[in-house]
Amino acid sequence: MASGSLRLPLPGTRGGTAAARARRRRRLRTLAFLSPWLAGFGLFFVYPLAATVYFSFTRYNLFTLEYVGLDNYTYLLHDRDAWTAMRNTLWLVAVLVPLRVLFGLGVAQLLTRIKRGAGVLRSILYLPYLVPPVSATVAFVFLLNPGTGPFQTVAARLGIPLPDFFNDAAWAKPGLTLLGLWAVGDVMIIMLAALLNVPASLYEAAAIDGAGACARFRHITLPTVSPVLAFSAVTGVIETLQYFTQPMVAGKVASGRADLPGVQYSPGYPDGSTLTFPQWLYDQGFRQFNMGYACVLALVMFATAMAFTVFLLRRFRAFAGEEAQ
Amino acid sequence: MPTTTTRRLAAVTAAAGLALAAGCTAGGDRSGQGPASGEKQTIEVWHGWSAPHEVKAFQDAVAGFNKAHPNITVKLVNGQTDDRITNAIRGGSPPDVVSSFTTDSVGQWCQSGAWQNLSPFIAKSGLDLNQFPRAVRSYTEYKGIRCAMPLLADAYGLYYNKKLMKGERPPKTMGELTALAKKLTVRASDGTIKVAGFMPSVQYYEHQVQHLAPQFGVTWLTAGGRANFSGDPAFQAYLKWNKSLIDWYGYDNVKKFLRSMGQEFESSNPFQKGRTAMAVDGEWRTKFIQEEAPGLDYGTAPVPVSDDRASAYGGGFITGTVIGIPRGARHAPAAWEFVRYLTTDTGALVTFANALGNVPSTIPALSSPKLTLPPQFRTFLDVFKNPNSSSTPPTPNGNDYVVRFEKFTQEEWEPGKVGDLGRALKKLDGEVDDSLKLAGG
Repeated sequence: MASGSLRLPLPGTRGGTAAARARRRRRLRTLAFLSPWLAGFGLFFVYPLAATVYFSFTRYNLFTLEYVGLDNYTYLLHDRDAWTAMRNTLWLVAVLVPLRVLFGLGVAQLLTRIKRGAGVLRSILYLPYLVPPVSATVAFVFLLNPGTGPFQTVAARLGIPLPDFFNDAAWAKPGLTLLGLWAVGDVMIIMLAALLNVPASLYEAAAIDGAGACARFRHITLPTVSPVLAFSAVTGVIETLQYFTQPMVAGKVASGRADLPGVQYSPGYPDGSTLTFPQWLYDQGFRQFNMGYACVLALVMFATAMAFTVFLLRRFRAFAGEEAQ
Repeated sequence: MPTTTTRRLAAVTAAAGLALAAGCTAGGDRSGQGPASGEKQTIEVWHGWSAPHEVKAFQDAVAGFNKAHPNITVKLVNGQTDDRITNAIRGGSPPDVVSSFTTDSVGQWCQSGAWQNLSPFIAKSGLDLNQFPRAVRSYTEYKGIRCAMPLLADAYGLYYNKKLMKGERPPKTMGELTALAKKLTVRASDGTIKVAGFMPSVQYYEHQVQHLAPQFGVTWLTAGGRANFSGDPAFQAYLKWNKSLIDWYGYDNVKKFLRSMGQEFESSNPFQKGRTAMAVDGEWRTKFIQEEAPGLDYGTAPVPVSDDRASAYGGGFITGTVIGIPRGARHAPAAWEFVRYLTTDTGALVTFANALGNVPSTIPALSSPKLTLPPQFRTFLDVFKNPNSSSTPPTPNGNDYVVRFEKFTQEEWEPGKVGDLGRALKKLDGEVDDSLKLAGG
């Protein structure tokens, strides 16, 4: 039996020796201390996951339930919208996440160099992250609206052609990326903490050895902050796979259609370019009440997030190991 | 051998189980669930109206109910959507009365019992359903289950700016509409649109497929409840008309014009600003114009029909707000009193219609002399009564087939990405049918 596993007395015995009893007491004590977390884990993760798997084999509209076998899974194979949503989401993962990490790191690096007014600047750069995403998105779309937005009006007067963010399928995702970079305060602040933790003596030693700024960044800064980079990348990927509010609000506001029952709006404006996977999941589950199919989409999202997480953690472990050698 | 106590317990359990089963079926009579309507109580009512004058109108209509039923306090919650309603019912804490702007979810709500079957309530109060026009009766029930009552209605018509029309009569056919749209369009020197005669794109607010395609005589679903896009040539007629006018404007110019528009329910609406000479809209626009652009000189007419259907002129797309009692309502008798008052009391309906600029949904209210709506509103009353008017048929997944057709039109057809239209519509049929099957249709 593996150490650490629970060993119960055989039926009919009285619990074995005193040492065994002490071991069992220790394990029970450990379990007792762990029990709040275990209860939460079971209630809020294991049970919902098991229920999601169960519902994925049913036709469930929130009121009636019917077993349909693999029908929901086969439907996914030729659901064009689901694949459009997946492509858009993966685009955002591939572009938005690295950019946010790099931009956050760059801003933090600059902040470490500033001696006067660093605190004020830090606060100013962090503030956009505190703006509620709905307000920030509405403001962004209005500012960049080609008909009424001040940015476009000023740019037109200056003779600078600005792309039509949020109304042009080719520019909607870059528009969302800009919005994500504007609110990079969360990444910036943990990067800043990591950078300030790098011992100054290492930089001094490297400078004595003749290392330039790039070499110091490559051989000292990066390896030291790599755990924070890994954390930012992994959480960034998970957050982006669940990207819902900003594209939903941007699409609705840019389309000009009121968000009212009776006003037909299908997420993804313009031309499906902002349709992300969570939006499609929501549309299927809570607008069309195909809860069974929505569960399949949720499982796909979960599996994708897991795959990315495992891949990234392995990459970063290899990266850290290489540096350690 | 079971004891007496055990037998009693078994009997009680069985009775409770039966009662629970009866209560959980869609057609169960819950008309007596909750305190009697004469007792002092508070009911919660969810509705979708959100504009200040709309919210006030609802409050004014409720004031009449409060006078008639001083023992019932009504708590109003505005701005509610279909998905919120469904989730509240599913969560087990629904309000006592719910309403929806569309008939899209009526099929699902009636079939699943999410909205209570109102037949027992109607039978008990001896309500005559013949006071509602037949079309209205049909969109408030599904497969014989009446789970909703009509609360005002919406009809669509053509709005035209008299100043921009330069003395032209409103068009009656799509051919006339196209010619007039071209005549009234004003372009800038670079070809961009300054004033659009008529903007055919489905992206122009209410020019959605279900408001314009019916004027070509489309039949949305086959007799078997399947998609009919490739089977009905009227769909191709509609799409070709849409594309020919878009191509005349130039797709890039259309996109530019659409992107420069403001929000639909704001004073920047392009029809109110004189940026479109003609536009299809719901009857509520009369009220918005009254409030936001009182100086606008405009007229209304039925939406033109395709040239081969001139005899069908006068009809249009109609739909309506529906109101009902959700499963799990704690004050069902009082809730029914509220629903009955609001949907059948002529005074309340007329007050409400006057304030909201909606079409009253009962025959007595339609012909009430107290209707003080602007003269342009007459068109919508006529459209509502016209036998050629139609609505979209209910399905187990609401209006998914309309949404998919709209998406196809907007994302593939209008930009010119479709080579073989027949084949593309066949493919769309397949997608709609698969989606219906997924929902159990």
